[in-house]
Amino acid sequence: MAFITANWNPLGDAFYRKTELYEMFWSLRDGLRDSLVAAAPYGGPIALLREPLRRSPSTRPQLEIYSASGASITSFPWKSGPVVYLGWSVNDELLCVQEDGTVLIYDLFGSFKRHFSMGQEVVQSQVLEAKVFHSPYGTGVAIVTGSSRFTLATNIEDLKLRRLPEVAGLQGRPSCWAVLTQDRQTKVLVSSGPELYVLDNTSCTAVYPPGLSPQAGSIVHMSVSFSYKYLALFTETGRLWTGLSNLQERLSEVDTKQAATPKQMVWCRRPRSQQPSVVLMWDRLLLVVGSCNDTIQFPLEDQSVLVGELDGVRIIGSSSHELLQEVPLVCQDIFKIASMAPGALLLEAHREYEKSSQKADEYLREIKEQNVLGDAVRQCVEAAAHEYDPDTQKALMRAASFGKCFLTEFSPDQFVTTCRELRVLNAVRESSVGMPLTHTQFKQMTLQVLIDRLVYRQFYPLAIEVCRYLKIPDYQGVSRVLKHWASCKVQQKDLTDEAIARAVCAKVGDSPGVSYSDIAAKAYECGRPELAIKLLDFEARSGEQVPLLLKMKRSQLALSKAVESGDTDLVYTVVTYLKNEMNRGDFFMTLRNQPVALSLYRQFCKLQEPQTLKDLYNQDDDHQELGNFYVTSSYRDKRLEGRLAQLQSAVDEYNKAKNDFAAKATEEEMRLLRFQRKLDDEKGAGLLGLSLQATMEALMSLGLHKQAEQLYRDFRVPDKRYWWLKLKSLAEKEQWEELEKFSKSKKSPIGYLAFVEVCMKNNNRHEAKKYVSKVTPEQKVKAHLAVGDLEGAADAAIERRNEAEMGAVLSRCSASDRLLMDKLNRARVAAAKK
Amino acid sequence: MAAHLSYGRVNLNILREAARKELREFLDKCAGSKAIVWDEYLTGPFGLIAQYSLLKEHEVEKMFTLKSGRLPSADVKNIIFFVRPRLELMDIIAQNIFSEDKLHPARDFHILFVPRRSMLCEQRLKEQGVLGSFVNIDEYILDLIPFDGDLLSMEYESAFRECYLENDQTSLYHTAKGLMTLQALYGTIPQIFGKGDCARHVANMMLRMKREFAGTQNQILPVFDTLLLLDRNVDLLTPLATQLTYEGLIDEIYGINNGYVKLPPEKFAQKKQGEGSKDLPMEPKKLQLNSAEELYAEIRDKNFNAVGAALSKKAKIISAAFEERHNAKTVGEIKQFVSQLPHMQAARSSLANHTSVAELIKDITTSEAFFDNLTVEQEFMTGVDTDKVNTYIEDCIAQKDPLIKILRLVSMQSVCNNGLKPKVLDYYKREILQTYGYEHILTLNNLEKAGLLKPQTGSRNNYPTIRKTLKLWMEDANEQNPNDISYVYSGYAPLSIRLTQVLARPGWRSIEEVLKMLPGPHFEERQQLPSGLHKKRQQGENRTTLVFFLGGVTYAEIAALRFLSQMEDSGMEYIIATTKLMNGTTWVKSLMDRPECQIP
Repeated sequence: MAFITANWNPLGDAFYRKTELYEMFWSLRDGLRDSLVAAAPYGGPIALLREPLRRSPSTRPQLEIYSASGASITSFPWKSGPVVYLGWSVNDELLCVQEDGTVLIYDLFGSFKRHFSMGQEVVQSQVLEAKVFHSPYGTGVAIVTGSSRFTLATNIEDLKLRRLPEVAGLQGRPSCWAVLTQDRQTKVLVSSGPELYVLDNTSCTAVYPPGLSPQAGSIVHMSVSFSYKYLALFTETGRLWTGLSNLQERLSEVDTKQAATPKQMVWCRRPRSQQPSVVLMWDRLLLVVGSCNDTIQFPLEDQSVLVGELDGVRIIGSSSHELLQEVPLVCQDIFKIASMAPGALLLEAHREYEKSSQKADEYLREIKEQNVLGDAVRQCVEAAAHEYDPDTQKALMRAASFGKCFLTEFSPDQFVTTCRELRVLNAVRESSVGMPLTHTQFKQMTLQVLIDRLVYRQFYPLAIEVCRYLKIPDYQGVSRVLKHWASCKVQQKDLTDEAIARAVCAKVGDSPGVSYSDIAAKAYECGRPELAIKLLDFEARSGEQVPLLLKMKRSQLALSKAVESGDTDLVYTVVTYLKNEMNRGDFFMTLRNQPVALSLYRQFCKLQEPQTLKDLYNQDDDHQELGNFYVTSSYRDKRLEGRLAQLQSAVDEYNKAKNDFAAKATEEEMRLLRFQRKLDDEKGAGLLGLSLQATMEALMSLGLHKQAEQLYRDFRVPDKRYWWLKLKSLAEKEQWEELEKFSKSKKSPIGYLAFVEVCMKNNNRHEAKKYVSKVTPEQKVKAHLAVGDLEGAADAAIERRNEAEMGAVLSRCSASDRLLMDKLNRARVAAAKK
Repeated sequence: MAAHLSYGRVNLNILREAARKELREFLDKCAGSKAIVWDEYLTGPFGLIAQYSLLKEHEVEKMFTLKSGRLPSADVKNIIFFVRPRLELMDIIAQNIFSEDKLHPARDFHILFVPRRSMLCEQRLKEQGVLGSFVNIDEYILDLIPFDGDLLSMEYESAFRECYLENDQTSLYHTAKGLMTLQALYGTIPQIFGKGDCARHVANMMLRMKREFAGTQNQILPVFDTLLLLDRNVDLLTPLATQLTYEGLIDEIYGINNGYVKLPPEKFAQKKQGEGSKDLPMEPKKLQLNSAEELYAEIRDKNFNAVGAALSKKAKIISAAFEERHNAKTVGEIKQFVSQLPHMQAARSSLANHTSVAELIKDITTSEAFFDNLTVEQEFMTGVDTDKVNTYIEDCIAQKDPLIKILRLVSMQSVCNNGLKPKVLDYYKREILQTYGYEHILTLNNLEKAGLLKPQTGSRNNYPTIRKTLKLWMEDANEQNPNDISYVYSGYAPLSIRLTQVLARPGWRSIEEVLKMLPGPHFEERQQLPSGLHKKRQQGENRTTLVFFLGGVTYAEIAALRFLSQMEDSGMEYIIATTKLMNGTTWVKSLMDRPECQIP
């Protein structure tokens, strides 16, 4: 603890420190010499390809993948063509750029995933150099070919190759180049001899770094910062120019006094950097150059590789792995010798307190007098986040916790969050895991990505621990991990389907958000259809199972799952699929076992394929529906003969269905149609299509009473309805004599009030009155009222001693009917007395 | 515009806002000017979600109705089809796209399926070769549309027919989805009760969907305590009866569509002095009916016989309020009076409108025909002579009254008699076929399938038992100051609502026997709530039940539920949801089949 500043080196007014992250697990026979090395940022994995260009077929180069702590993840002989460049994608996939422009993609464990080409012309001209870069759009690849042309792919997930314009005067390999992402555009900065160019989609523009000394000579090395915002250029005379990458401003120009071109040059900055620097590496020397002209020199013992990070530079050597970074301001404040910053005092106070010394109180008082205890706590917490050593973290957090005790109303959030995050960070930094993430990097890459990374590395238990510890909702946390785990599990070749299904089910259970169908799809992809089916059984969402089942040609199962889901559209989809796939007989049989699907298909046929509908009913011997079907189609037939034939079929079917009523009714209909046709032909009556009642009506109004009567008898029309019909018809035609004759033909089944009312309706009071006397006693009053005979009504009501009826008559009386009203009122009183 | 949605116990405006947001998001996805081509059926329901002004704000410049042939020309960048997922509509769309002018600058096509996208339709578009022409294919999940502060409807017209005639449960799937959306906004409903096969199916799907979405579980305090799912076929009787509430009668006589009614204009003519009645407007008068209108909210659920009194009371209050101006002496008083004027004027015109509507309805309800019809209905409901051929029905057939009226009556008789004797049934059927035409054999067949008409089988008529146990008939229904739900049918208490009422208190266990007589299973399910979301009920705080009518609900039933909500000692508030707002006429109509006759 006391020596915490021991590895601090001043640079301008800031400090730089170099911390050892790991002693490497690996033991490399030849170190990193003659190897292509790719180390992913954010403490990602390291890939190593020894002697990539050795072409003898007998000795294939070995491709090795290690964690950042040098633990071997995988290793396999490289069997494809010569590799020019290795790089990592944002998803922890290894991109191997071959000489012929093919990019092969492997996962962390060395399994080949896919490949793509950087263009046909490259096969001829070959790739000279390549770079993998990251931008908001994902992972990109840039190459320069033997014909000095650049080609870019900004996102390997959505491959679009862009061939950049020619660089004037460039022959062969450019002396150096870099990829820039600016204003949502990806460009290439290239140095050719004394010139510097910016290449974008359409043009090649010469540019001049502002303030670069004219005697500096041509640019031999360049480096763009992690954020693409800054640019460093190294010239042949050993001068280092730094400035903004848009070449609008210079930051500094330093003479490094080194003549040789550095092997690597990387920006070393951090967010809110006080003293950004560029780290240059030669064979035996590491030089940190600040923009204040100040430098720090470190001797290098063996071949190393620099990896630029958001907040520093990692140095990977054959035996150790170090982080070089600017000491964060808050750590400087606390640990700088003789610092009087609140955090420093609090740390001191706590140290004394632990020693049970009263000095603790003095320090505390000093902080409190300045009223900065809150700041002190915050500083300690913040500094703890930046420290790599758990002991230092603990000391700072304890001090913060101590200080917090003297504060009221201080939000504990930051403290708690930092504690949790540090625990997680310490866990993933463990050399067995090997993710040397700083807190700043962690915040930038987010927890989600960290979990993804753990999952890619197959640290499933740790990932789940992290999710649970940080209380991430299952949907985004544990479930996601389990999903990956299961997809990986189904690929295990040494286990039986049964065992895997059981294992998956035991672990995944019904964790929310894990889709068994996705896992099953994976199993199917790996050629394990039986396992896929077993897994699909666990899928709660029946709908999700359907597409895969169809793909696996388990259409029957797909159908029953679709039915189960309740989603009728899905059922339709499967049905349509089955219809195209099966022969008709099988198809119908399948539907027969699925009533829901069958009825949906019937609906479909009703609208789209009436003939199929008929076949379906036929298959089921559903004679009732067949009858209905023929009735429906009879109405579509324009010719009477056709229509009758359809109806005859309907009759037959109804008979088979033992629906006597429908059969008889349909026969009646046919009889009526024939009758109508006959009369239409004979008399042009225009009857066809009318209902029986309307036909009789029409006949009567045409005066064809005999024919009407024939229908009445033939169709056994109830007397009541026929009488109504005839009554109305005669009254309408004002055939009063006929009407009277009709009324006397036999006792009216509809009574005689109807006669009264119909006559009145046709404005013949005289005729109406004729029937009043025939009306039953109950309807007498009504009948008298109907013809407007108040007196008659009154008499009838009084005779019947019916109060309600008397009331009804009274309500129709007007003032002029005084006498009548008196009479009624008297009768009412009399009736009431009784 | 939709403030009335938020007045109730449950703020249904949240649902409307969510729907509007989604609509805006879709419209913004199609950058630039747009024209909407409407599936005509959707315009009504959409009107309840968004007015033209909202569409206009999002650069919708033109609107057309979907029809075959060429699209009308419009100088817009995007053409958006708003359609239900139906194959026949896909064919029309394909035609539209094919006949698009090739010389015309290309327009972007989009399709928005309401309420759900359909693979079947997309497949059809693909077969027609136009699927590739669409820039966006999306779905607009509009299942439950808020109609009022306590009322949601899917306006899914054919739901009953599909479920009971065609064994097509699409509407139930949408129902389940709609309920899931509702739960996402208003919290998981802890208790589900149900009666009927469809109810069971919906509940099963809901539980399954909940499992599927486990983990995305929302952390919303449940607004609803209970969900009650009721199949329409559990209570076939109620919709057949003529509704006697104000709103119910408006619907029976004029038909309410998406909250609007069209009325004959004569009574609404502004009678100016000195002018004759020759300039009567010919356009029907269109009135919007919802609780945003204070007076309407007050009288909509009253028995019509109590509406007159309510209107005249209101008239007195309003004229008294206008008289106030004579008392206003000081400037301050006058100012206050003036500030209330707009409100008073609105109240006055609302009163005038409803007085006219009430007059229109009164002309009908006081007619002899209406009275006779009602008498027969009530006889059936009280079980008088339900086993013989009814002379009134016979006469109506002889007079060729509208077929639907006949079908309603015969069905009612059948339902109240637990089926008709075969002889009686056949007699009615023959009368109908001979009078209205043999093509109606299909309709009769449908009614039989749906259980509205049925031949009496061996089992005895259990309707009287049901009537007595559930007190479906109340002799002394008080229409003016009701104390029981039976006021909505002047004596008949709707079975569906009785079931709801008994469920709240004393519980269904008390009527097990009757429940067994009604079709379909009855059940109870519980949905686990995440801990911490269990409601701590205040003393005297009402519980809230969502009653979902699968297959449709009538305004009278809604009125009865509102009455229960308002009863002081019920302790329960009801929110009503349904597949369709309907009445006996629209319901029977949806079950009819009319084969197109080709004979000229």
